[in-house]
Amino acid sequence: MDILSLFVVIPVVTVIAIMFAKNLEQTRWISATGMLIQLGLAAFLVFSYLHERNMGNTAHWLFTYDTVWFSSLNIHYTVGVDGISVAMIALTSIVVFAGIFASWEMKYLSREFFISLIMLASGVFGFFISLDLFTMFLFYEVAVIPMYLLIGIWGSGPKEYSAMKLTLMLMGGSALIMVGLLGIYFNSDPTGAMNFTFNLNEIAERGIPIEAQRFFFPMTFLGFGVLGALFPFHTWSPDGHASAPTAVSMLHAGVLMKLGGYGAFRVAIYLMPQAAHEQAWIFIILTAVSVVYGAFGAIVQKDLKYINAYSSVSHCGLVLFAILMMNQTALNGAVIQMISHGLMTALFFALIGMIYGRTHTRLINEMGGLMKIIPFLGVVYVIAGLASLGLPGLSGFVAEMTIFVGAYQHTDTFHRVVTIMATTSIVVTAVYILRVVGILLLGPVRNEHHFSLTDAVWWERLSTLTLLVAIAAIGIAPLWLSDMINFSLKPIVERIVAIL
Amino acid sequence: MTNYSYTLLIPLIPLTIFLLTGLSGHRFKPIYSGLAGTMGLTMAAFLSYITAIRYFFIDGPVNGMYPQIKAISTVWLRFTDTLHIDMGILIDPISVMMLVVVTTVSLMAHIYSLGYMKGERGFARFYSFLSLFSFSMLGLVLATNIFQMYIFWELVGVSSFLLIGFYYEKPSAVAASKKAFIVTRFADLGFLIGILMLSFTTDTFDFISLTSSTGPAIASSAGTAFMGLSVISWALILIFIGGAGKSAMFPLHIWLPDAMEGPTPVSALIHAATMVVAGVYLVARLFPAYALTAPDALHVVAWVGGFSSLFAAVIALTQIDIKRVLAFSTMSQIGYMMMALGVSGYGDHEGLGYMASMFHLFTHAMFKALLFLGAGSIIHAVHSNNMTDMGGLRKYLPITHITFLIACLTIAGIPPLSGFWSKDEILAAALHHNPVLFAIGFGVAGLTAFYMFRLYYNIFWGHDRHYHHTPHESPLVMTIPLMFLALAAIFSGFLPFSHMVTSDLKPFEAHTDLAVAIPSVLIALAGIGVATVMYRKPNTLPDRLASSIKVLYTASLRKFWIDEIYQFVTKKILFAGVSRPIAWFDRHVIDATMNLVGWVVVTTSSKIKGFQSGQVQQYAAVFISSVILLVLVFVYLFSN
Repeated sequence: MDILSLFVVIPVVTVIAIMFAKNLEQTRWISATGMLIQLGLAAFLVFSYLHERNMGNTAHWLFTYDTVWFSSLNIHYTVGVDGISVAMIALTSIVVFAGIFASWEMKYLSREFFISLIMLASGVFGFFISLDLFTMFLFYEVAVIPMYLLIGIWGSGPKEYSAMKLTLMLMGGSALIMVGLLGIYFNSDPTGAMNFTFNLNEIAERGIPIEAQRFFFPMTFLGFGVLGALFPFHTWSPDGHASAPTAVSMLHAGVLMKLGGYGAFRVAIYLMPQAAHEQAWIFIILTAVSVVYGAFGAIVQKDLKYINAYSSVSHCGLVLFAILMMNQTALNGAVIQMISHGLMTALFFALIGMIYGRTHTRLINEMGGLMKIIPFLGVVYVIAGLASLGLPGLSGFVAEMTIFVGAYQHTDTFHRVVTIMATTSIVVTAVYILRVVGILLLGPVRNEHHFSLTDAVWWERLSTLTLLVAIAAIGIAPLWLSDMINFSLKPIVERIVAIL
Repeated sequence: MTNYSYTLLIPLIPLTIFLLTGLSGHRFKPIYSGLAGTMGLTMAAFLSYITAIRYFFIDGPVNGMYPQIKAISTVWLRFTDTLHIDMGILIDPISVMMLVVVTTVSLMAHIYSLGYMKGERGFARFYSFLSLFSFSMLGLVLATNIFQMYIFWELVGVSSFLLIGFYYEKPSAVAASKKAFIVTRFADLGFLIGILMLSFTTDTFDFISLTSSTGPAIASSAGTAFMGLSVISWALILIFIGGAGKSAMFPLHIWLPDAMEGPTPVSALIHAATMVVAGVYLVARLFPAYALTAPDALHVVAWVGGFSSLFAAVIALTQIDIKRVLAFSTMSQIGYMMMALGVSGYGDHEGLGYMASMFHLFTHAMFKALLFLGAGSIIHAVHSNNMTDMGGLRKYLPITHITFLIACLTIAGIPPLSGFWSKDEILAAALHHNPVLFAIGFGVAGLTAFYMFRLYYNIFWGHDRHYHHTPHESPLVMTIPLMFLALAAIFSGFLPFSHMVTSDLKPFEAHTDLAVAIPSVLIALAGIGVATVMYRKPNTLPDRLASSIKVLYTASLRKFWIDEIYQFVTKKILFAGVSRPIAWFDRHVIDATMNLVGWVVVTTSSKIKGFQSGQVQQYAAVFISSVILLVLVFVYLFSN
């Protein structure tokens, strides 16, 4: 079996193994082992990918595997990775691994919980390795559907409402994507021989007629954009995250929202660059609004999860913003921002879950001075906050600066203005992050019941430190990651430039 | 050429100590973290002195010009083929000078804190943050390119944030740290946009290319872009905004007085001697670009500096908190440095202002650190920051008293102490360039002498208070740094700065201009004299004077209400006027629209769901009645 398919197979095997687990203890350890293997495999993939590149392998897609699935419709199971997908796979395995440990104490229907969680992960992995639009969409749905159960069953607050809202809005996005994908499929043979294909590369090489692009680009972009929390289709995010259990928030904001950015880039921009070029301005305005609007929205929130959800709207807005800039530097920044935001926001949600598990409230006004009582969680929260506001040495800085420099390469006034507008978010972000840190962690202790709280236990430390190390590693030594992504972006951007 | 790659150790030692004490400091006795930090800084200072001696005195100028050496440079992040952030070390006169300043003051703060912070909770944390700050500041001064500087610029910002908020259980400290971070972040936005503009126009981040007279910045400056100024001018003005934020220039100064919430050694190190002069250093770093391509930007620098220096001096006249007096004094003196840069030309004697600015940066670091550490020693003795709680302390704190007096005389500009020489050069440069700025600088010199001696007399003379505990002199570990800095304050004025640090890297001869020196000494003496009359012995003169110019007095005391204006803008406009409406809009308009869509679907379906009740009887009834209806219809249709 090829190495990439293993990324889908291992979660499935883990799920089957969990079905035979007898109790919580076994469930936990089976999940943890499975995801540890997955993490190891991801590390192995990164190293072998870099090794191939060092050996001078310049093929765009590595570790490819192709087999016919439905010959009548020309559907294949095609997998392969370039630098971008390798980076996304690494992100996913780190977040899933941390997520397992963050839900270590999940006692209610634990088997079913871990099964759904890991199924979701397998869908995400499948999405990132797919080169065939049909299987890509299939895996996409596999990732989105368990979300409903995870929030509806294990959530808190108005969980049915939130789960329904989230799922319906994402399904609405899916519907657009599906129409878009079918549109791409039926326009994938400009010769008129009805020899259609779902293969990403073949479509890109053949090109899609501009009239079809004009119609299907906004659909696909919007469809993926909903998942990427594009203004004004982002409101599933605050409610959904607030109701979701910790690990689900982590996975959802950390990984699932990245499917939106990744899909928007791989499908909408890559396959339909002319329409993207023509219509980009509409979406650039929407994303620039997202960036600033999300940040301002976060300032006045009182619930920790809402703050982080709005912050995600702002940060993910930056991802889509950068993708629409369509030059190499900005696209590179977009990918790094996806990874950086994935790690950061997963860490935030993990910490929020851990704090909530202790104080039983997520309202910042009801807490205060926690730094003194739970110093480990406090310090990690501050570092996560600093990463979020783009402190150098942590991943957020690298991503944001790459995006800003990239976006500034456009010489016209429109791009200049929106870029400067987007950069103002660095100040607003600092405001809401420091506000939360100031109220939640610093100052005097507000609630005397909180004096008896205990600091993080080993699985919580493992979960948060895994994410933290990844954030710091990217922040301190970003060159390998950025070069890995650049190498794969170069031909893509060159093709786009040549077409335009 | 000498190999300077060992200078990498200078920032790396504090970094290592930070990581060690930060990760494992809590497992050992706190004092070990303190000693580790102090030893590390001693090594860094030693290496810096060696570097300075080698650079200035052993190697000296090559062909009459100091070389700019990239000791180390490696690509850290690549944006495009030509634009990449490098991490490296640039050795040139100003960076070597700053190495000496930063490591000296930092070492003194480290030693001093061993006594000052003794027994504090979080002693280890304090030292760990001090090391982090030292690392960041050293990285900043050694930066080879503007983006590296921006990176360390943010890092010193966060170290400052952590240290101001060191007493994190105290709400005022938390508020002050937040304010400092956000105000400087706002300024950094200007810096960042400036970098984007500059780098796009010149296609480089590198300082050497940016400031070389044949480089892209200076060569491509022609043409106007926006409102009559070229792109480069706009970029440099925006970059200066970043510098003005860090250096607490009007109107971005509001964070500095509040930053005094931090422990006093921090105020000495960060908010007097090193970080707050980063803005001056930044302008000096890019000085050839300012001077040769953007004289308009340089005018902005000069006027902002001159105005800030006057503005702060006026506020310092009436403040009660001794650390706040010193904070405004710092702002005023940094305004001096900015003004000196702004009035400077490029090359040879024209560059007098540049030289004077760097000179003053150096001497100011020494005497202002001394003043703050002295203030710390006083606060340590009387447990209060307010001069109204002090008086007659000269008997109890002899060493602090003498060193503080030396520092006051130095900042007032009495010869032959160091402050006289550097201030004199600044005034001389201003006189050549702009008489108005000279007049401002001259007036500020008198005000400075007055408020410093007001402070001095109020602390050490005047009423002899009844103290709860008899104040006693601080331990040696605190007074030794005072004595060391006092010596530096006395003698650093004799350093031949015009032979070492110049705008075009070429030494020149500077002479003391008696036409400037004599009046400036006279006005300083006048300031001291007035202060002596008013404050040496308790009398009612200050109160009578205050009530006779009540409006001015209140304006100065309330710091011209700038804080209130900021409060209004942030609370009323940004919070209540932007954020809250956005949050409301999001919930009640956008989300409501989404819910409306859902509601419409649900209502529609509930209206029509009766058709699918699942009841066989109903289905049968509908079926049969429909069949009958159809039969009737068909019968009717076909019967015709």
